[in-house]
Amino acid sequence: MKMLFNVRNAVPTLVVAGLLLLPLYSHLSGNIFILTLFTRIVILALAAASLNLIMGYGGMMSFGHAAYLGIGGYAVGILAQEGFGSGFLQFPVALAASALFALVVGALSLRTRGVYFIMITLAFAQMAYYVASGLARYGGDDGLTIYKRSDFAGLINLSDRVQFYYLCLACLLGVLFLVWRIVNSRFGLVVQGLRSNEQRMQAIGFPATRYKLVCFVIAGTLCGLAGALLANNTDFVSPAIMYWTRSGDLMVMVILGGMGSLFGPVIGAVAFLVLEEILPFIIAIVGTPFVGDAVAGQAGEYWQLVLGPLLLFVVLFGRGGIMGTLGRFSRG
Amino acid sequence: MADPLLRVEKLVRRFGGILATDHVSLDVAKGELHAIIGPNGAGKTTLISQLTGHLAPDTGSVLLAGRDITRLPAYRRSALGLARSFQITSLLLDFTAADNVALAAQAHDGHSFRFFADARQENGLRDAAQAALQRVGLADRAHVLVSKLSHGEQRELELAVALATKPQLLLLDEPMAGLGVTESARMVKLLQELRKEVTIVLVEHDMNAVFALADRISVLVYGRVIASGAPSDIRQNEEVKRAYLGDQHVVVRQ
Repeated sequence: MKMLFNVRNAVPTLVVAGLLLLPLYSHLSGNIFILTLFTRIVILALAAASLNLIMGYGGMMSFGHAAYLGIGGYAVGILAQEGFGSGFLQFPVALAASALFALVVGALSLRTRGVYFIMITLAFAQMAYYVASGLARYGGDDGLTIYKRSDFAGLINLSDRVQFYYLCLACLLGVLFLVWRIVNSRFGLVVQGLRSNEQRMQAIGFPATRYKLVCFVIAGTLCGLAGALLANNTDFVSPAIMYWTRSGDLMVMVILGGMGSLFGPVIGAVAFLVLEEILPFIIAIVGTPFVGDAVAGQAGEYWQLVLGPLLLFVVLFGRGGIMGTLGRFSRG
Repeated sequence: MADPLLRVEKLVRRFGGILATDHVSLDVAKGELHAIIGPNGAGKTTLISQLTGHLAPDTGSVLLAGRDITRLPAYRRSALGLARSFQITSLLLDFTAADNVALAAQAHDGHSFRFFADARQENGLRDAAQAALQRVGLADRAHVLVSKLSHGEQRELELAVALATKPQLLLLDEPMAGLGVTESARMVKLLQELRKEVTIVLVEHDMNAVFALADRISVLVYGRVIASGAPSDIRQNEEVKRAYLGDQHVVVRQ
């Protein structure tokens, strides 16, 4: 008999409830910043969830996942620039372009394993980065300002903070639902089987590459959706969106939250991005009694020095990330 | 005589200067249990790997029920009814026993590009898995993670996985490897049952098991088949005694 309310599913429930109620809190407290921050978190959580599909469930360590953020973002930005403002056009194009890119990258890189796979996916993402830097018409290195957010013909207004936030949250929950169905489907079991033992799966009759490629394309497409949302969120898209450090951030979110756990990437994204925001302040506050507020404030700029060891700690001692640790905790 | 189920013709495989498979020809008739024996390093696993498609031969051909499968990848051979077990247990360790077998059943139930319905709720697959587990005596261990099964149970699960693909031909690469005396005896008993239903090629070191089970035996030494025939012929064969059975003579004398 399964416990319905153990720590392992209480935390996701609380997080989702918190995310649903956040605009209310923002409204009551007048804190607009938190809504902006969490819109970004929700979008990147979506991207991390898509990466988790291939990395956590499929065992494919893609180090170029931010490329799809860029492709989705640029699809929106370029179409907007060219006068095609309709979201009904922009979003499908963003998804299709991401899918196509994933198909090409996957078809070539899935011939390799291990470190080579990591390196090839990284190389493709960097290639996309340099191509975007070279797009002089669309701002090149400086990026492209999007003057008008995607227009959904009055159905939903993306310029309204709360409406946009809920759109992003709905997309995230929709993607999580999709991933949940996929990983328990026939297809999902095959993909997880391939992660576990590819030789065995071939021997019982599964053509490995075909299944992995389809999974790779699904993940890329979903991340393209995150890219389209992200461009709308910042009203801007630049090559930096797909720089390799961004791919690294996404991997960290997945690992921090828990690879191969449905809600792991969401928890990871919240933890990572909230820490990124508050660590400078924490360092400043903790440091002030010792070294004075001027020095402590400066020290706050080196928040990554604290985040790094923290991540190391999670990887070394919290096998399975935050979700994995909670799971062990709830089992006693 | 009808076409053999498996025909191997002049198979050659080199690793650098070493001739690991040296013009091997073999026929396995439908319904027989054909054992392949040979000392360590004789090239038994190399041969099996070429039959299953994990290794490509340099020259020669492999025919399954008259069809040339020499260049087919492993997953296509599996679809044609060729199943294998691995010498070193090769299972999905982080899945349950039932999941391992159900995936094998799923592989032979059309394609798996179904993304939405919960595969663990599909009664057809679960029943097939349960039946195969029952067959090898693991029915009550269905929901245990493979990594928690004993070595002997894992060997039995290897068989269940192979059976779930509904094979015409079962290639067993040392199914007794690492088993204790009682476990070996159970495995022999199990194979005695299975051979009534499916053609088996058995690679095995355990001579008691081989002579108890085989209809025919081929002896592989340095990549060559030096003798092939009924167990009684093999036991009498002077060349085999010299090349292989010499130090194990005591074991096979009745």
